[in-house]
Amino acid sequence: MATPLSLYIHIPWCRTRCGYCDFTTFELEESRRAETVMPYISALCMEIGRAKVGVEDAEVVTIYFGGGTPTLLRAKDFEKILASVHESFSLSPTVEITTEANPETLSLEYLSDLNKLGINRLSMGMQSAALHVLNTLERVHSPGRVLEAAQWARAAGFKNLSLDLIYGTPGETMEDWEYSLRVALDTDPDHISAYSLTVEQGTPLARRITEGYLDDVDQDDMAEKYLLADEILSAAGLPWYEVSNWARPGFECQHNLQYWHSGQWRGIGVGAHSFDGRSRWWAPRSPAKYVATLNVGESPVLGRELLTEDQKRTERIMLGIRLAEGFESNLLTETELNRAQRFLISGDLLRSGTRLVCTLRGRLIADLIVREILD
Amino acid sequence: MTNQPGSTDPSLIRNFSIIAHIDHGKSTLADRMLQLTGVVDERTMRSQYLDRMDIERERGITIKSQAVRLPWMVGENTFTLNMIDTPGHVDFTYEVSRSLAACEGAVLLVDAAQGIEAQTLANLYLALEADLTIIPVLNKIDLPGAYPDKYAEELAHIIGCEVDEVLRVSAKTGDGVEHLLGEIVRQVPAPTGNAKAPMRALIFDSVYDSYRGVVTYVRMVDGQLSHRDRILMMSTKATHEILEVGVISPEPTKSEALGVGEVGYVITGVKDVRQSRVGDTVSIAARPAQEALSGYRHPKPMVYAGIYPIEGTDYPMLREALEKLQLNDAALVFEPETSAALGFGFRVGFLGLLHMEIIRERLDREYDLDIISTAPNVVYRVLMEDGTEHIVMNPSEFPEGKIAEVFEPVVKASVIAPADFVGTLMELCQQRRGTQTGMDYLSADRVELHYLLPLAEIVYDFFDNLKSRTKGYASLDYEDAGEQEADLVKVDILLNSEPVDAFSAIVHQGKAYAYGVDMATRLRKLIPRQQFEVPIQAAIGSRVIARETIRAMRKDVLAKCYGGDITRKRKLLEKQKEGKKRMKMVGRVEVPQEAFVAALATSQTEKK
Repeated sequence: MATPLSLYIHIPWCRTRCGYCDFTTFELEESRRAETVMPYISALCMEIGRAKVGVEDAEVVTIYFGGGTPTLLRAKDFEKILASVHESFSLSPTVEITTEANPETLSLEYLSDLNKLGINRLSMGMQSAALHVLNTLERVHSPGRVLEAAQWARAAGFKNLSLDLIYGTPGETMEDWEYSLRVALDTDPDHISAYSLTVEQGTPLARRITEGYLDDVDQDDMAEKYLLADEILSAAGLPWYEVSNWARPGFECQHNLQYWHSGQWRGIGVGAHSFDGRSRWWAPRSPAKYVATLNVGESPVLGRELLTEDQKRTERIMLGIRLAEGFESNLLTETELNRAQRFLISGDLLRSGTRLVCTLRGRLIADLIVREILD
Repeated sequence: MTNQPGSTDPSLIRNFSIIAHIDHGKSTLADRMLQLTGVVDERTMRSQYLDRMDIERERGITIKSQAVRLPWMVGENTFTLNMIDTPGHVDFTYEVSRSLAACEGAVLLVDAAQGIEAQTLANLYLALEADLTIIPVLNKIDLPGAYPDKYAEELAHIIGCEVDEVLRVSAKTGDGVEHLLGEIVRQVPAPTGNAKAPMRALIFDSVYDSYRGVVTYVRMVDGQLSHRDRILMMSTKATHEILEVGVISPEPTKSEALGVGEVGYVITGVKDVRQSRVGDTVSIAARPAQEALSGYRHPKPMVYAGIYPIEGTDYPMLREALEKLQLNDAALVFEPETSAALGFGFRVGFLGLLHMEIIRERLDREYDLDIISTAPNVVYRVLMEDGTEHIVMNPSEFPEGKIAEVFEPVVKASVIAPADFVGTLMELCQQRRGTQTGMDYLSADRVELHYLLPLAEIVYDFFDNLKSRTKGYASLDYEDAGEQEADLVKVDILLNSEPVDAFSAIVHQGKAYAYGVDMATRLRKLIPRQQFEVPIQAAIGSRVIARETIRAMRKDVLAKCYGGDITRKRKLLEKQKEGKKRMKMVGRVEVPQEAFVAALATSQTEKK
């Protein structure tokens, strides 16, 4: 059987940068689109061509356009990239092709074009339905825009629609959060990712908190909001399948599951990571350097690590514990299993056959559990 | 008689020291004197020539004194000047007094931009008590911010001389230094002693040298010391074979003998400075003196702290390091102790805070040891109702049961500051349970305040407070003044109901609550949330006086863990597991080392 392979394609531009974001992304100047975007797309195509080396027999099961804001690209850009994927790889008949999208960048026509190219899953960054929360996050879209964009997506033929939400933003009340969840559910999504706001060092958000313009995030508040999200989303028919992800059964993100199952994946584009089951490597974050490297016929590898057996095991546990299916208990040594007892007794872990699975309470402290259990 | 060691006419000898505050330019003045008298040439000259240890040079202070023999011509005669360097810090008062006892005169060196400081004044009083001739000198007269007239008046007022008798020099440029050397010859009396009497010499310093063993610095009083003699330490009655005698000029130079009034060194086979103590009298075993010179005192630690290795496996290395430091530091005492929270370590006694800081720094720098030290404490005497007495060197040893009286050490403190700050200084001393015993105006705008203060109050961040309240202008000196009865209690800190011995403190009844609240609040901020709620309590006996709670950890999971996050996340996990190994367990509570270090950091140490 062919090796299932996932491709992640990074599009590093946004209209404006949001204050909390620490991804590899840059503001796109419309007037310079030709000089900046075109060479990058060509470089992506070159890298896709190189990526097949060693996995010629693989079958691409998922493709994921992330960013940045991939929907700043024209439909013909997507076409070009997907064409080079088809050229180098065979694709599964049930391939999942996702693009992330900012509701501000969408129209019915554009979405129709994307859908016709085979893109069958849309993941929209909604973040919140509360205007003041969007303002704190420095998101430019209006809360109502998401509903409209979701309707266009359905009309354009998208059968798999996901929304991203952020909770715990300074100033967000419990009512704000509940309202955001309700508004998200009103669009009838198939999948919701809800993330606690992470304050990354060096971001404008972190600075505003340090300087006292914003309150710091509160872990207790986040815990309460997580519980509320799980309650509302489960009741709406979207049970959890990963710590921060809820979906209608059958609509779990196959691409992300590939990460969490320690499958094979290749990252294409600036700052993207790749994994072949033994080692992981990643590309430089500078588009100029990335493009220049590919143009001289070299691989854009900034760093690489070869995982030891124990590191692979650690990753399987650390990723598996985040999933509703949990992880195989035989990954643990005897002493680690003994330490896990404590969490079984306290009701943070459950046994499900031979697997260990977090309870609702356990999900909130999954990192702590891994730290406590592992040698 | 010639000018050779062992045969120098006492009438041609002048023994003097320089009394100065840190930074007032003593080492620079010494450098100029070495050059002018020709004992160091331009080529071998280096800054602060006489300060040997790096740590001293970096901090700009001199811990160990030395004596340098300088030839100086006045008219037809070549005089022998012995410059005896004195330590410049409050913790080393006793050593200073012994250095002064080896002299007939003292140069009082004061920065013309800053005026006299409390420690200098205290040392001046020691010199006056020892009946030394004082030569007042203003240094740094070349500085733009110098007020030589103003401070000349101040000095004249303090020592009771005429304003024009205050010399003015610039040690940096050398201006006035030749004149000063002449004045030393003219004003300082020659030493007197009985050349026929049994030999007696005062030990004013004792230094361990890894090649030569202990080098003992002596001032000859009576008789003669030959390199063939066997010497007797009068306090211990121990005798030692002499390996070498000599003088420093400015490198050690062997000689046949030392005579009346001379200053030099003696090397025996001794490997430990505690066998050759400062203040002791050296005599000759074959013909011992009847009476020792007066003034010998055994050094008494005033401040104790627990010192623990951060890595438990470093314990033997810490012991070895302390033993080595003790070779060169007769005042350093230590004994093993165990703390439930910090593991195996030592209770170490110091002369004072600077002494403690120097030892901690040397452990770090010279022995590369990571250590945690508990808050310093003083020694208490506790009388029980049943008549038994306890000497408490560690707060966790404070006795339970019915206590009749507790005694704490007190010091006579003097603070010099610009008159503007008198109000705030009086307030500070008041807060620290001080009793004012006097106040002197040194000049129109500078005041010396006298207080009787509990030593424990000085040990606890007094100096930092003093400096911040006076924008750095105040200076402090203190000396032992016995003990007083006080209303003292032991405050324990309990973490999840388990007492943490390292945080116990003996405090005044009136301050127990503030201490408890402060520690509990600090610890709440320093200790990470655990899986369960952790109460922090401060208690006197079984009575809880303050309480804080570390809330249980509710959420500890990353929001996102996608392809690009996995490596970072795993590395974080590896780092956290490493960190976990360095956690100390207090009952079920994990306390990071850093929390101990931060909670115990009192930053009260006198650095300047």
